[in-house]
Amino acid sequence: MKSVGERVPKLDAADKAAGKARYVQDLRLPGMLEAKVLRSTVPHGRIVSVDVSEAWKVRGVRAILTAKDIPAKAWGYAKDTTALKGDRVRRIGDELAAVAATDIEAAIEACERIKVVIEPLPAVYDIEATLAPGAPVLHESKGSNLVQTHHYEHGDVAAAFAKAAKVVEGTFTLPAQQHAALGPVGAVAEWDANGRLTLHDPTQIPFLVQRDLAEALDISPADLRIVQPAIGGAFGARLDLYPHEAIAALLARKAGAPVRLLFSRDEDFQTDPVRPRTIVKLRTAAAADGTLLARDADILVDCGAYVSWGSMTPVVMVNTFGNFYQCPAAKFRARTVWTNTQPTGAFRGFGNPELLFAVETQMDELARALKLDPIEFRLKNANRPEEVTPAGGRITSCGFKEVLEAVKAKLKRPAAPAEPHLKRGIGVAAVFHVGGGARIYRSDGCGATVKVDDFGKATVIVGATDIGQGMETAMAQIAAEELGIPVSMVRVATQADTDVRPWDVGVHASRTTFIAGNAVRLAAKEAKKQIEDARAALKLPPDAPVDKVVRAEHFRQKGRLISASAFYDPPTSMVDKANHGNVSAAYTWGCHGVEVEVDVETGQAVVKRVVAAHDVGRAINPMLVEGQIEGGVVQGLGYAMFEECVLKDGRMQNGFFLDYRIPGIKDVPDIETVLVETGDPEGPFGAKGIGEAPIVPIGPAIANAIADATGVRMREFPMTPERVWRELRNSR
Amino acid sequence: MKINLTVNGHAVALDVAPHRTLGDVLRNDLGLTGVREGCSTGDCGACTVLFNGTPIVSCLMLIPDAEGASVVTIEGLTKDGRPDPMQAAFVEKGAVQCGFCIPGMILASKAEDVPEGNLCRCTGYKKIQEAIREERRRTRPQA
Repeated sequence: MKSVGERVPKLDAADKAAGKARYVQDLRLPGMLEAKVLRSTVPHGRIVSVDVSEAWKVRGVRAILTAKDIPAKAWGYAKDTTALKGDRVRRIGDELAAVAATDIEAAIEACERIKVVIEPLPAVYDIEATLAPGAPVLHESKGSNLVQTHHYEHGDVAAAFAKAAKVVEGTFTLPAQQHAALGPVGAVAEWDANGRLTLHDPTQIPFLVQRDLAEALDISPADLRIVQPAIGGAFGARLDLYPHEAIAALLARKAGAPVRLLFSRDEDFQTDPVRPRTIVKLRTAAAADGTLLARDADILVDCGAYVSWGSMTPVVMVNTFGNFYQCPAAKFRARTVWTNTQPTGAFRGFGNPELLFAVETQMDELARALKLDPIEFRLKNANRPEEVTPAGGRITSCGFKEVLEAVKAKLKRPAAPAEPHLKRGIGVAAVFHVGGGARIYRSDGCGATVKVDDFGKATVIVGATDIGQGMETAMAQIAAEELGIPVSMVRVATQADTDVRPWDVGVHASRTTFIAGNAVRLAAKEAKKQIEDARAALKLPPDAPVDKVVRAEHFRQKGRLISASAFYDPPTSMVDKANHGNVSAAYTWGCHGVEVEVDVETGQAVVKRVVAAHDVGRAINPMLVEGQIEGGVVQGLGYAMFEECVLKDGRMQNGFFLDYRIPGIKDVPDIETVLVETGDPEGPFGAKGIGEAPIVPIGPAIANAIADATGVRMREFPMTPERVWRELRNSR
Repeated sequence: MKINLTVNGHAVALDVAPHRTLGDVLRNDLGLTGVREGCSTGDCGACTVLFNGTPIVSCLMLIPDAEGASVVTIEGLTKDGRPDPMQAAFVEKGAVQCGFCIPGMILASKAEDVPEGNLCRCTGYKKIQEAIREERRRTRPQA
C-alpha cells in the first residue's frame, strides 16, 4: 500500500488554516438581502393575530412573510410542522414571521415592529408528565403526546430473570445536549429567471433536502439545486429539513433577490435541534458464573414540539440492544413524546450514548456483584467474528476481544493520593456501533465518478459530504491507491452541487468512508482498467506514465474518455416490523478505559487519563481516525461531565457559550488511542466507519471509574460536582 | 467616524459608524472573512486577531478603540504565499477538522502555549496541542 494507511494531511486543511475556506456566513451575492425570523416568546399558545403593517415602514425592508403567505401544507417526519406557524405556537422560538431587508439591522427592527397577539395555553415540558392523562396536547389531531412506540424482543425474558443469580436495575437520566458546532447555522437562497432555486446550505443531506424542500415549497425537485459551502461542524444537527431553509427560499422568491438567513448564536442554542432528553429504565440479569442472561429496557425520548430524528433514536438503541454481547433474552420498549420544547434531532451516536450509559453501567455493577473483573466479564459475553445475533445482525469482522484486551493492558490502577479528600479510580465501558452504513432509508447508497485527465491528474466526484471529518482526503487516498498514482495527483471536487454530484443519502451513521469509499474504489478500478486497455490498444510500454497513456487516448479519433462511474449500496436490509434485521454491512467495536480523581469534599470528578481502543477495520488515514476518536472522546466527556440545557418554563436558561460550557483545551485529559485493524471483508481496503463510536463509551467509563473511586453510582448526566456531592452525601 | 489603523501591515483609512465592532469591520468592510464570527459575545474565540501583538476577540472591541492600532488577521500570517510555521504545524499534525475555529486558534497559539479562550468542537484539542508543541520546537529551538 502506498497511499492507504498514510498520515496524509487533510486536503482542505491549508485553506482552512489560511482563513480561505468559505462558510455560509462568508457568502455574498450581488444584491443579497439579509433575513431575520420573528420567533415566539410563548411556549404554547393560540395565535390570534400577526400584524406586519408597521414593519413595512422600516427603510430597507423588501419582503415580509407570515403563515398566510406560504404553502399551508405540513411537512416533516410526522407532518407536524410548517415553515411559519399560523394557528398555534408550540415552543419558545417558533417561527411567526420573517423579514428580508437590505441590512440586518433593518430586518431586526422590522421584526421588532411586528405586533403579535398570542393567547397562552397550558404547556408541558416534562417527558413523563406529557403522557399523563389531562396533559395539554400539542398536536390535537394526533390525539395525545405519544409520537410512536418502538418494540423489540428475543428469548424468554421472564424465565431468564427468574433464574438469574443477580439482577441489577436502575433509572438513567440524560439531558438535552447541544451540538454547539462553531460555525453558525444559515442558508443563502437565490432564484433564477426560470424559476429554479439554488440553495447554498451547509446541510448533511443535500439530496434529501432537494426532495423535502421541494415538497415544502410546492415546487418540483428538478427546479432545486443544493450547493454546500464549507460546513462549520454539524454532528447530526443538519440531518433534516428545517424551517429556516424554507424561509430563506420563500423570502428570496418574494423579494426577487438573493437572501441570506443566518442564525445568531443564541438563536442556534434556543431553536436548533438538540440530542433528546432521554430516560432509560433498565434491568440486567446474569448467572453466578458471569453469563449474561437477559435485559429489559423501558425508555422515554423527547421529540420536543415537532418530530425530527429524535423520534428515531430508539432504532439505533434497538440495534445495540439486540446485537451487543451474547445476551440470550432481551425486551425493549421506547416511547417518543411531544413536549413544548426545542425539537430534538440526530446527534453523533444517535441514541447509543443514551442507551449504553445504562447498559455499560449495569455491566459494571454485575461484574462487581459477581466479583469478576469488568473486562473479563465482558470478554466472557463478547460477540465473536462470524456470528449471527438473535436480532439478525451478521457479525463479520469483530475486534471486540482485541479492544478489551488493549484497554486491560494499558489501564493501570493509579496509586492512592496522599490527600485524604482525593480518591482515584478506574473504569471501563465498551461500544458496539454500525460501521458499514446503516439502512435506515431504503437506499444506503452512494455514487462516484473518477476521471483521469491528460496530465495524469484524477478527479473524484462523489456524492458524499465532508463535515470536517476528512471525507475528501480519505477518498483521495482510496482513489490514489487503486489507480496507482500519488495522492497529490488526485483532486476531490468539493462544493459541487446536486446538479453535478451523483446520489448519496447523506453524511450520517459513520457511513461515508465505508460506503462512499467503496463507490470511489469501484470507479477508480474501472478507470484504471480503461487506462490499461488504452495502453494495450496503443501498444504503449508498461512503464509509460499515466498522463502519456491518457493523452494518447484522448488525442486520437475514436479514442475513449477515461472516466468511470460506480454505485455502491451495501448488502444489508432495513429492519422488519419487529426490529430484526441486518442494517449494516460491518460493525465496529470499542472500549474506553478511564482514570478519574474525585474530590469527595466538593464532588468534583476530574478525568486524568483515557485509553480509547477501537476496531477501525483498517485506518485509511490513521491521523484522521485519531482525530475522530479524540474529538468523540472530548465531546462525550462534555456530555457526561458538564453539558446540559437548563430549561425553565420552556426556555433554555444557558444559551451562550459562557453558560453552556463545552470542553475547552484545559478540560482535555491525557488520551491514548489504540487502533485495532481487523480488516473488514466488505470495507474499502478493510476500513470500517468510526465517526460516532468514540463519543459513546466515554461517559459510562467515567461513571464506572467514579464508582470505583468512591463507591457512588452515578445514573444522571452531566455528572456535575453538585450531583456527585449529593450522591456522596446520600451514601453516607 | 474616521478611523486609521494598520491591518496586516497595510495602512487603512475607514469611515464607519462608531457602534460597529472591529470584527464586523474586518469581515464586512475589508473582506477579511478569515475572522470568523462564532458567537458575537466574546466566548468562543473564533474572531481572535492579534491587536498590537496580543490576541483579542475582535467581536467585543468597538472600532473607535482600534484607532492607531496594528491588527493582524489570519490572512496576514501567510507571507508571499508561504504559511506561517503555526499554520504549517496545524496542517501537518491533523489539527484541522471543520476548520471554523482554526484561524482564531492559530492566532491565539502564536502568543499563548495553551489557547484556553478558544473553543473547538471537532478535534478534542489533542492535535492542536501537538501542533503548538511542534511549532515551538521548530521556531524556538533550545540553545
